Amino acid sequence: MLLAATAHIPTPAFDWHAFAPDLVLVATMVVVLIADLLLPDRESWRTSSIAAVGLLGALIPIATLAHSGHDRVMFDGAYVVDHYALALKAFFIIATYITVLLAVDYIGEGDYYKGEFYFLLLVSTFGMSVMAGARDLITLFVALETISIPTFVLAAFRKHDRASNEAGVKYYLIGVLSSALMLYGMSLIYGVTGATRLSGPNSISSYMSQHGTVPLVAVAMFLSLVGFAFKVSAVPFHFWAPDTYEGAPTPVTAFLSVASKAGGFVALINIVYFGFFLPNGRAADSWWPVLWVLAALSMTLGNLTALRQTNIVRMLAYSSVAQGGFMLVPFAAAGIAGADGHPGKAAAAMSAVVVYLLIYGAMNLGAFAVVIAVARRTRSAEISSYDGLWEIAPGLAVVMGIFLASLAGVPFFAGWFAKFVMFRAIIDAGTGWAIALGIVAAVNSVIAFFFYARPIRAMIFHTPTTEDRSPIVIPQPLFAAIALSVAVVVVVGIYPQVFARVGELAF
Amino acid sequence: MNWFDSWALTLVVFVPAIGAAITMLIPREREDAIKEVALVTTLATLGFTIATLARFDYGKTSTLQFSVDKNWIDVINSHYHVAVDGISLPMLALSSFITVLCVIYSWDHFPEPHNPKAFLILLLVLEVGMNGTFVAQDLVLFFIFFEIVLLPMFFMIGVWGGPNREYASIKFFLFTLFGSALMLLSFLALYFKVDVPGVGHTFDMVLLSKAAGAGLVHSTQLLIFGGLFVGFAIKVPMFPFHTWLPDAHTEAPTVGSVLLAAILLKLGTYGFIRIALPILPEAAKSWAPWIGLLSVIGIIYGALGCLAQTDMKRLIAFSSVAHMGFVMLGISTLTTFGINAAIFGMVAHGLITGMLFFIAGSVQHNYGTRELARLGGLLKQAPKMGWILGFCAMASLGLPGLAGFWGEFPAVLSTFNPGGDLSQPLFRTYMVVAAIGTVLAAGYLLWMLQRVAFGTPKPEFADAHIHDVTSYEWTAWVPILLLIVALGIFPNLIFRVTDDAVSCQTAAPFVSKNTAPVSPSLHCPESPVAVQTAKVTGG
Repeated sequence: MLLAATAHIPTPAFDWHAFAPDLVLVATMVVVLIADLLLPDRESWRTSSIAAVGLLGALIPIATLAHSGHDRVMFDGAYVVDHYALALKAFFIIATYITVLLAVDYIGEGDYYKGEFYFLLLVSTFGMSVMAGARDLITLFVALETISIPTFVLAAFRKHDRASNEAGVKYYLIGVLSSALMLYGMSLIYGVTGATRLSGPNSISSYMSQHGTVPLVAVAMFLSLVGFAFKVSAVPFHFWAPDTYEGAPTPVTAFLSVASKAGGFVALINIVYFGFFLPNGRAADSWWPVLWVLAALSMTLGNLTALRQTNIVRMLAYSSVAQGGFMLVPFAAAGIAGADGHPGKAAAAMSAVVVYLLIYGAMNLGAFAVVIAVARRTRSAEISSYDGLWEIAPGLAVVMGIFLASLAGVPFFAGWFAKFVMFRAIIDAGTGWAIALGIVAAVNSVIAFFFYARPIRAMIFHTPTTEDRSPIVIPQPLFAAIALSVAVVVVVGIYPQVFARVGELAF
Repeated sequence: MNWFDSWALTLVVFVPAIGAAITMLIPREREDAIKEVALVTTLATLGFTIATLARFDYGKTSTLQFSVDKNWIDVINSHYHVAVDGISLPMLALSSFITVLCVIYSWDHFPEPHNPKAFLILLLVLEVGMNGTFVAQDLVLFFIFFEIVLLPMFFMIGVWGGPNREYASIKFFLFTLFGSALMLLSFLALYFKVDVPGVGHTFDMVLLSKAAGAGLVHSTQLLIFGGLFVGFAIKVPMFPFHTWLPDAHTEAPTVGSVLLAAILLKLGTYGFIRIALPILPEAAKSWAPWIGLLSVIGIIYGALGCLAQTDMKRLIAFSSVAHMGFVMLGISTLTTFGINAAIFGMVAHGLITGMLFFIAGSVQHNYGTRELARLGGLLKQAPKMGWILGFCAMASLGLPGLAGFWGEFPAVLSTFNPGGDLSQPLFRTYMVVAAIGTVLAAGYLLWMLQRVAFGTPKPEFADAHIHDVTSYEWTAWVPILLLIVALGIFPNLIFRVTDDAVSCQTAAPFVSKNTAPVSPSLHCPESPVAVQTAKVTGG
């Protein structure tokens, strides 16, 4: 009987090629789990190699899909593989690959479950990969949870460490709260518009472009945005981030502050741009004021709090809050332009978000890689432990200086271009509100240098506090991660066209 | 076009970068090899600059020459566009010239903590930024080069500087970064708001100058100019943005001070002449009285500041504030005459103040102090150095026959008849104040000379063994001293190069009924405004 009923449900067209990157990730997950079961304990580090190979393997179908060039729409538009989705999938996978490089020795040398670590990392990455293509509220929510749930466990991965446990629990509680808020907001959106699809016929965007913003939608958007604000740790919903970042194992912190945060941003782009902006920008006034406030607060408070930190991981945590604020600026700019009657300007603003994400990923992962390398010797993340690093390990000091200068936006390192496209979006929008936000961002980019300069000053202007002058040994994977990040930061800084083109193709 | 013409400027800008990369590969212990590579690199750069000078067509100084225009960042419509004309050429020459002398001077003068490798790499990177700024013709490219100089100077002050170096270095950086942030906002506003006929939105400085703010409402122009003003004024530095300068100069190592005074400050004034004035002429007219006011305040304030100093280097730093005040005063008159004087003043100040900082560095090296109260009798202990100091003090106070005169005197004179329908009484008031400033300048420079060079050495140094000018110092200093004399006697060496370029590009929009008759000798290829472009000849 049941079987007969299911026979009437039409089978959706299934484009295997479009799903190939996700499928490779799933296959890798399974292989990692099985290998962890079969391998003896001292061989279990091999799971990291499997994960790394799987991640690189997932890049192949992305390349072939990009080469074939046309957009693939599946499940009535709930899942889309276009240039935007491909660019972000590639970004997530490469960011995770670098995280694996950071983790190999860190996890290998500590008292950790190894296979499970890479499994959880891959699950989260799979969620991100799905997120990049999600164009439906339900798909989006499921993808977001797939990203989040493994990271709750990863944050608490130092299982005998109370700080790590606290990090995990705090992150979990906040994550659940934000999910609840977001779901409530989404349910209201569904109630008003009668659709879960973000774009296309009979979708949220078609409803919004006909009716404009109705009050209930504004409330629903507000709730959803608060949920996202937790995910991307925007002020005032950021307070979990420093504790979680400090308590979690450092490779996990790098992953949280780059890949997982980017996942939140991609979700935000999907819902805000595809659902509540296209095709005519009429509904933008339902969300840009919220994002304006979030951006201004995140930049300012993130920076001001970072000024007072003495621990470099906490400093980078607050810096990532502030950087998140900078990334929200083009969002607000797109909304302002749309509400002002110039929806055409939004595509450039959105590509600014993507470009910022890519550049931020490279420089932040690089900074964390150096933190891990230095901590191998000093066992400390205090900024004072960087005193005189220039004399002990000049290479590491220079590289760290490059990452920090890039985060501060100093040319000719990639960060300048991220800041540039952000300001560009703001000036393009051009209204009073936009300019005001631009000035807040300008003042903040100056404040930011002040704290980014502190480790630089410690490394180069101060003399070493320890007598120990033996060189710092950097394992090969960590070295590769640092080299990769530096290469990206320098090349993109000199020839930003590389990433700018990706951002442009995406929109 | 021959091969060299299309590569000349790229070589001038990026040969130092190649040199820095090579230096990076040499082990730290091989100091001689490192110094030689740095010297060869800067000499090669100077060589390319001289070749550029030689092939430059002095009949068409207002045309951009050696132009290269390639796509760089398509997505934001920014180009790698470099070129020189009569305004940039003297600055470019000054920059590549001074850098060589700095390498020679530092040969046996590396301040603590030594490390010639890092020091020279920073110096070479600095040269990339300086040379690049003077040839960039695209706003984004200009911005990048303008910013590149920050980090090397930050490290130079912070690592090799005096006791208060950390404070000074971060102050320098934050001030300049703040200005650059506003400057960047203004650049972007220019891109989006100015619609160049037939081109649309562009970062190209040449096209933007041709449009001269077309289609911008006056209030927007004023705002954008305000952003540019803050960015450039901090770099110059103009009163009240000058507070970073005395700290940075005092703490910086000698070579850092020399480069800061000789080149880095000029990036700001060059920005006014190259970008702010030609691109937003209407706003410039409204801002000019205020710029003039801040300039004369700077002249008087800097001079009074000098009189209150106890440290020789800090005194010279404050004298920079005053001298740059004269340069900015010349610019604020919006006349061909004033702006020509300003460019001359930039070069002259670069040479003279650079030289004064060299001497201050050597005094510090010899006596271990720069406190004026403890110094004295330099003429007795190191007569050659004492005479050079005297010579430079004379040049700096604007003695006719030396370079300083041609920067200061015409700048003051130009305020008699400001361009752009500016208020004559107001600028003539500025003229009187600035003239008082020249008297004060004579006062503080002679006072410094008297306390450092005259009299007898203080008891604590009476028996000290003081080196007179060493051979490295001679090699580094003689070219500067010769140039100070040469430019003093033949000011046309520079005026002839800058004049057409200034009158055709920068001052052209400001021609008013006040200015003197049209000069017949002018070659403006595609004048942005009327054919009737004027030039003031003489007083």
